[in-house]
Amino acid sequence: MSDETTPSAQLTAGGESPAVRLPLRDRRSLGGVVNALRDYVIVLSVAVVFLVLTFSSDVFLTSTNLLNVLEQVAPVGIIAIALTYVLIAGEFDISAGAIAAFTGVVAAKLANSIGPWEGLILGVLAATGIGLLNGLLIAYGGINSFVCTLAVGLMVAGVAVLITKGFLLTVPGDTFATLGTSELLGVKYSVWLLVAIVVLFAFVLHRTTFGRWLYAVGGNLEAARLSGINTKMVKVSAFAISGLAAGLAGAIIASRTSQGQAGDGISTVLFAFAAVVVGGTSVQGGRGAVWRTVFGLLLLALIGNGFNLLSVEPIYQQIVQGAIILAAVAADALSRRQAA
Amino acid sequence: MPRREGGDVAAAVQPVPGPAAHVEVRGISKHYGGARALEDISLQVSEGSIHALVGENGAGKSTLGKIIAGAIHPDAGDLLLRGRPVTFRSPREAIRSGIAIMDQELALVPTVPVIDNVFMGVERSRRGVVSQSVQRRLFAEYAARIGFEHSPRTDTGRLSTADQQKVAIMSALAREAELIVMDEPTAALTRREAERLLETTRDLARGGVTVIFVSHFLADVLALADVVTVLKDGRLVKTAPAREETEESLVTAMLGRSLELVFPDPRPPREGAPVRLSARGLSRPPAFSDIDIDIHEGEIVGLAGLVGSGRTEIARALFGADPASGTLELDGRPLRHRSPGRAIRNGIVMLPESRKDQGLVMLRSITENVTMPHLSAVASRGVVRRGEERRVAQEVLASVDARAASLSMPVSSLSGGNQQKVALAKWLIRKPRVLIADEPTRGVDVGAKRAIYELLCGLAAEGIGILLISSELEEVLGLSHRVLVVRGGRIVGQFDRSEADEERVMRAAFGGDPSRRNGGEEMRIPDVG
Repeated sequence: MSDETTPSAQLTAGGESPAVRLPLRDRRSLGGVVNALRDYVIVLSVAVVFLVLTFSSDVFLTSTNLLNVLEQVAPVGIIAIALTYVLIAGEFDISAGAIAAFTGVVAAKLANSIGPWEGLILGVLAATGIGLLNGLLIAYGGINSFVCTLAVGLMVAGVAVLITKGFLLTVPGDTFATLGTSELLGVKYSVWLLVAIVVLFAFVLHRTTFGRWLYAVGGNLEAARLSGINTKMVKVSAFAISGLAAGLAGAIIASRTSQGQAGDGISTVLFAFAAVVVGGTSVQGGRGAVWRTVFGLLLLALIGNGFNLLSVEPIYQQIVQGAIILAAVAADALSRRQAA
Repeated sequence: MPRREGGDVAAAVQPVPGPAAHVEVRGISKHYGGARALEDISLQVSEGSIHALVGENGAGKSTLGKIIAGAIHPDAGDLLLRGRPVTFRSPREAIRSGIAIMDQELALVPTVPVIDNVFMGVERSRRGVVSQSVQRRLFAEYAARIGFEHSPRTDTGRLSTADQQKVAIMSALAREAELIVMDEPTAALTRREAERLLETTRDLARGGVTVIFVSHFLADVLALADVVTVLKDGRLVKTAPAREETEESLVTAMLGRSLELVFPDPRPPREGAPVRLSARGLSRPPAFSDIDIDIHEGEIVGLAGLVGSGRTEIARALFGADPASGTLELDGRPLRHRSPGRAIRNGIVMLPESRKDQGLVMLRSITENVTMPHLSAVASRGVVRRGEERRVAQEVLASVDARAASLSMPVSSLSGGNQQKVALAKWLIRKPRVLIADEPTRGVDVGAKRAIYELLCGLAAEGIGILLISSELEEVLGLSHRVLVVRGGRIVGQFDRSEADEERVMRAAFGGDPSRRNGGEEMRIPDVG
């Protein structure tokens, strides 16, 4: 535990009586520095990349380019925001990409038989149902979440192929394309949806009892249970929410292209995962924030945009993104070791 | 911390005559946070002897064993191996010096065959390829030596505890250990198995292996050891040849109150106070069975017993954290709860054994930890009212006198004592009916201990029924109105405050009388006392 003789600025600032000493960890130590860096390095990084691109490319700082970046990132961003919940709860969901693709397929199929809006809504509901199933299997079946969502993701991707028989399912007409292509005040619906989800998810995470439970469950499952929290319900909810978000992402993609395409969505979910982790949400649960994921998304998206604008080989983009992820996870591990 | 002077508990180091010391510790001390584990311990263990370490829970015997085995690093003092000072930075270095440890929790991989566990880390290999024939030959040798009868290919996890312990011994042999530290090796064994293990241990010693035998079971110790060292509160009471000792004399040596602790006198529950919580026939085999407990309004009931006796399991069952059969009544009404959530709603709360693993979410803020069980009290329609939350947290933390520079700091930034106060405070936002306090002062300094004692007595005075569990006997005796003693998952003794003394409770807990070990089995040494 804490070393009682460690000098600490907070100790005197707190006006401690000598009767009960309150030894605080020395925040000036390596761990303190790492924690501070971990808190703000992501904001700083986004600012630096933004400035560099502003000066190195004429096209970068135009509303067309920036809105384009946001529109590109909207579906995966929605998945990433919800994945933040799952990671904070100490679990992982690798099926989100597959569920998104599946949603597009279901939506396109039903759009052609029932109606465009009905198709999209039922697709999102189906996605939520799959997320719920993930949650039930993990919370009540005690299955490891990585393995469970991998398996469910594979099955969902397979069913999607069965539905499409390997073809693209095209949806004629403008109604189906509204969600992905129409604009409000010059900004795409999909971007508005992302913004709404960021605000809503941040509010729920930081202001509601459910948000607290997510942190408690991921931070110390047994302590949460012994505090009377229904830990299974919290986990099931996190996965259902992740399924819902994947459904929305899938609906946006299908609507934008007016088609449903089967796929495993692995690259989508890995990008989302990278954004969450780069933002500073811990892979070990109990720590993280929605704003972090927003900045993580921005960093990865801006780097991708910059590489395009500056015509750098895409392969370098991967290497750079990989290095950033590694740095983020290493910083988390280091600060955890300090806190242990 | 003031050094204790004189008296019959003074550290009297008596060098044991005979062969040269295999290991010697000089002035070893070890602290965890503010809590003392060992203070200025010096002793010698002679080559080929069986040296027992005995003492109450928390006396420091396991810590001392682990220091000798290189698993724990002392804060001060020297470790000498055959007269040469050594510093073990890891168990691996200790192993290279011929020292192995058999832990309370056996460090075996359950999913691999026995033979792989035996040679794990010391595989006999030729150019990186494991030499199966050499290993099989050595294995047969070890198995014959200690009487292991299963195939070397058996999955380790499928063996009984006794056989797994033999695997651990074989593993020590494979490491060519000259000194084996055995930490409570017989605790999980049946009588017959224990006896066989003692025989094996004797054989090892006859073959020249030095054994350090850490145990609660005084009869085992007297039957086996050449030399016994008694520890009390991290200090060495005495080291003496085992043949000069009896169970009586060992228990007497463990007695004696720490001078540093003063207990508040708990106000007795009012005359005719009704029963708050009543359990009948509570069972969860094999942890415990047929437990009857009554906790009255304003009463502190102490649950004493050795670690592993079933104390904590009983507490968890009362709280609904583990399922159990039997009936519960709260204020005369039958109670069914299968989850902590239901128990909490009924006003039964538990301060769990380990605040780090079970009590607190260390990464989260002090405020969040305090309001966690009663978050709805400071929320409307699921949204936390943060001003209200802060106010409530501040109030309840002030009531337990927890000090923090800022309530938004992670709870991990606090000292052990303040963490424990936070873990207690979270249950006081709504006044509970019954508080189960499992090791409420573990790992906290003396000042915080005293504060927690006052708090518990204060809560009892408010009419809360308290079940107090502690490994520190004097704590149970000092605070409880009534003491129940648990041994082998059963309540084996009940003492009122006036009649509860250390000796009586210890005898019941250790099973000094004929019903030792899991109740009812015959005593190994009938002529003790």
